[in-house]
Amino acid sequence: MTDLTSLTLAEARKGLADKTFTSLELTDAHLKAMEEARALNAFVMETPDQARAMAREADAKINKGEGGPLAGIPLGIKDLFATKDVRTTACSKILGNFVPTYESTVTSQLWRDGAVMLGKLNNDEFAMGSSNETSCFGPVGNPWRREGSNTTLVPGGSSGGSASAVAALLCMGATATDTGGSIRQPAAFTATVGIKPTYGRCSRWGIVAFASSLDQAGPIARSTRDAAILLRSMAGHDPKDTTSVDIPVPDYEAAIGKSVKGMKIGIPREYRLDGMPAEIEKLWSEGRKWLEAAGAETVEVSLPHTKYALPAYYIVAPAEASSNLARYDGVRYGLRVPGKSIGELYENTRAEGFGPEVRRRVMIGTYVLSAGYYDAYYIRAQRVRTLIKKDFEDCFAKGVNAILTPATPSAAFGIGEKGGADPVEMYLNDIFTVTVNMAGLPGIAVPAGKDAQGLPLGLQLIGRPFDEETLFSLGEVIEQAAGRFTPVRWW
Amino acid sequence: MSVDAATVRRIAQLARIAVTDAEVPHLQGELNAMLAFVEQLSEVNVEGVEPMTSVTPMAMKKRQDVVTDGDIADDIVKNAPMTENNFFLVPKVVE
Repeated sequence: MTDLTSLTLAEARKGLADKTFTSLELTDAHLKAMEEARALNAFVMETPDQARAMAREADAKINKGEGGPLAGIPLGIKDLFATKDVRTTACSKILGNFVPTYESTVTSQLWRDGAVMLGKLNNDEFAMGSSNETSCFGPVGNPWRREGSNTTLVPGGSSGGSASAVAALLCMGATATDTGGSIRQPAAFTATVGIKPTYGRCSRWGIVAFASSLDQAGPIARSTRDAAILLRSMAGHDPKDTTSVDIPVPDYEAAIGKSVKGMKIGIPREYRLDGMPAEIEKLWSEGRKWLEAAGAETVEVSLPHTKYALPAYYIVAPAEASSNLARYDGVRYGLRVPGKSIGELYENTRAEGFGPEVRRRVMIGTYVLSAGYYDAYYIRAQRVRTLIKKDFEDCFAKGVNAILTPATPSAAFGIGEKGGADPVEMYLNDIFTVTVNMAGLPGIAVPAGKDAQGLPLGLQLIGRPFDEETLFSLGEVIEQAAGRFTPVRWW
Repeated sequence: MSVDAATVRRIAQLARIAVTDAEVPHLQGELNAMLAFVEQLSEVNVEGVEPMTSVTPMAMKKRQDVVTDGDIADDIVKNAPMTENNFFLVPKVVE
């Protein structure tokens, strides 16, 4: 039964329906893989008892012919999603042993559809990071290593635990969140598929907030089809999130294998950076050829404000974070460090509870929102954001169906290699993904090849608002052409 | 624009994060690195451009102003570090 972990979600769904194996067997195989992979530090909490109970329940429903779309499928949940009676920390010391009395909307929909929870996955503290190194539980190992090297690399971030666990075959899929690239960048670093849907597609209710106008949940999966299956369960209107959109959720899986003939794919010239590794340039033109071979037409397009997306993001996101994270006060939940006055209690708690990256962002956010600087920084950044969104709108208005770009400017790097002296070095990881959050658009990262050192690289497709289906169709074309990639087990 | 040590202390105070004197120079360097990075936004002509308030064009949804939830005081204080009779406890605020 060892190879049960190597199935895709779609294959496992068939095996369960055909009674080739049970959810309990499938779940046990993954629990065993998790136990053997603790060196990766992908899970911050394993919930084997709950997993087995959910698997037995799923098996009973499948036997009665009442299994939902995800019946019996074992998943990992990013520790940013509130899970009832299961510790939820956002991988921050300040949440301590927070145990929610409620369930996030997205995860409750996964359980409604029959999925099984294996445990909670590591992430950057409050999802602030691009390497999973800011987690209070320590860094996550990427299952991929450079050929002939035993240096442990980062899996990307902030959804590093999700990407690592899916790539290492510890879970059949995982929830993740993306504020500036936190689904797509780790997916690209681990040869998994990750989609950030359109802003408003998934409810944010019960997800620990980072930057509310940018945060979106989405899946990280083993294939494009698996991502489509998972997104259908995760998406949907929720009255508890006023920004969640009340439009029907399509059957995303139906878009897999659909013809892309006649589609117009934009190739934005501003994404061709000086000093970009030749392999990424090559992969990008290969992706273009694959889409053309499938009948799509590619056109050069211009998104003139691209270079301003990342600096504007580093005003808007910290500003919103400083406001959202004001709730961690040592009074209502989480860590409390005593002080003589209530002010001292707040200051001591927050100094002790926030890690360096979170503290830095809360402080910069506080500064750009403070009297005298609000117009110069925050309002200016929001104006630039309007221009970034307009770039995309102009492009789509010319009949472009989707835009093809590299997912990241490099492959995975080593733990401790980046951002030590200058935080901006780490931020540059998100240069190709952050524009999508700023414009609220859907974006998918699909594995497309390897670099000279044998590390995976991904391509990104950016779509029109609420047109995730086109991204799934195009993503499938790339997956069919490039194949799927599995790391060699070393853990 | 860049921040001096006094501004770093003032931001920390506004953000309610205790900062020791020894940490100030390091924080000042990091914040100035971020401010230098975002400085390039000043090249963009934003004349007449509306600041974004909503990334997807949508009317704010409204709901009936009625109680839809409640009687969960035990749940609300369940994770609090210090409580008494379902009240949160804080150091004395009013003498």
